[in-house]
Amino acid sequence: MTETPNLIYIKELAAGSDTFEQKLISIIKREFPEEKKEFLTNYKSKSFTKAAENVHKLKHKIGMLGFESGYQVAIDFEEGLKENNPALFAEFMLILESIENFLKTI
Amino acid sequence: MNCIIIDDEETARAIIQQLCSQVEELNVIEEFPNAIQAIKFLNNSTVDLIFLDIHMPDFTGFDFIQTLKNPPKIILTTSDKNFALEAFEYDCIVDYLVKPITLPRFLKAIQKAKSKETTISKTSTEKVPRISSGENDLYINIDRRLIKIDIPTINIIEAKGDYILIKTESQNYTVHSTLKKIEEKLPDDLFLKVHRSYVINIKKIIDIEDNSVLIEKDVIPVSRSNRPELMKRLNLL
Repeated sequence: MTETPNLIYIKELAAGSDTFEQKLISIIKREFPEEKKEFLTNYKSKSFTKAAENVHKLKHKIGMLGFESGYQVAIDFEEGLKENNPALFAEFMLILESIENFLKTI
Repeated sequence: MNCIIIDDEETARAIIQQLCSQVEELNVIEEFPNAIQAIKFLNNSTVDLIFLDIHMPDFTGFDFIQTLKNPPKIILTTSDKNFALEAFEYDCIVDYLVKPITLPRFLKAIQKAKSKETTISKTSTEKVPRISSGENDLYINIDRRLIKIDIPTINIIEAKGDYILIKTESQNYTVHSTLKKIEEKLPDDLFLKVHRSYVINIKKIIDIEDNSVLIEKDVIPVSRSNRPELMKRLNLL
């Protein structure tokens, strides 16, 4: 995976408002670990339909943190899970870990 | 324009709030993490515009729209492009924004909402003429294979969230689709939607009670509003 997360979208959205930027980052920092945890719980218990719903929600954060091919991986993984096909799990986890590490730095 | 935001994701609500704050005419009066809370709010209040997430647990955006007697303008916000076709079946939906939403795309949607013309043509809710029963095959996509189904062998189609369950004489198939989509592929003279979640092959009915029909071993509910059409279609003595 060559993509890395960035704040380009969030900064564009904030249009110079540090308050909004910090508010949004703090919401993401709070929501992301919860969503990842819920995804892993459902995935490990092979509740793939629920896991697909978790991926659906995580997909938004993946997109807003600047992943393009990663966003497509999330789309494909979500569709795969709906058909009981978890083939993209490892690739998807790399994206989540990359985001997790990035959130620790901001 | 007074508006509300309905989205189960706090990040998404914060983003839409921020986008709205950049448009003078927009006044966000409330935001809700689920559709049920919004329905309660709308029982006592009116709004001009709703930003509505489709994919929410328990009660989807489309379920929500169907509860509204006089829906205001609605802009759908979603991370899923697959619902665009379904969105075009509602006159109240003025635009369909795919997350993450950018400011230019958001402004375009607001322009559409402000305009009296909606992007959805009135005629889009008219029934598309369906195929005649002479076309007997339907292909469904399962595990990247296209499987042919002989249409007259279909007994029941049941909506199950993002999927439909097609029960035929010999086999059942679960397909990622909607009742609306498959209805358009089925001949009018054979199939009828008898309930929000069921389309049935009327030739397969074994018996009918007040608010249900029996097809093979399945008892299918018939909603009160669909019962007159069902009775009209039957060859009653």
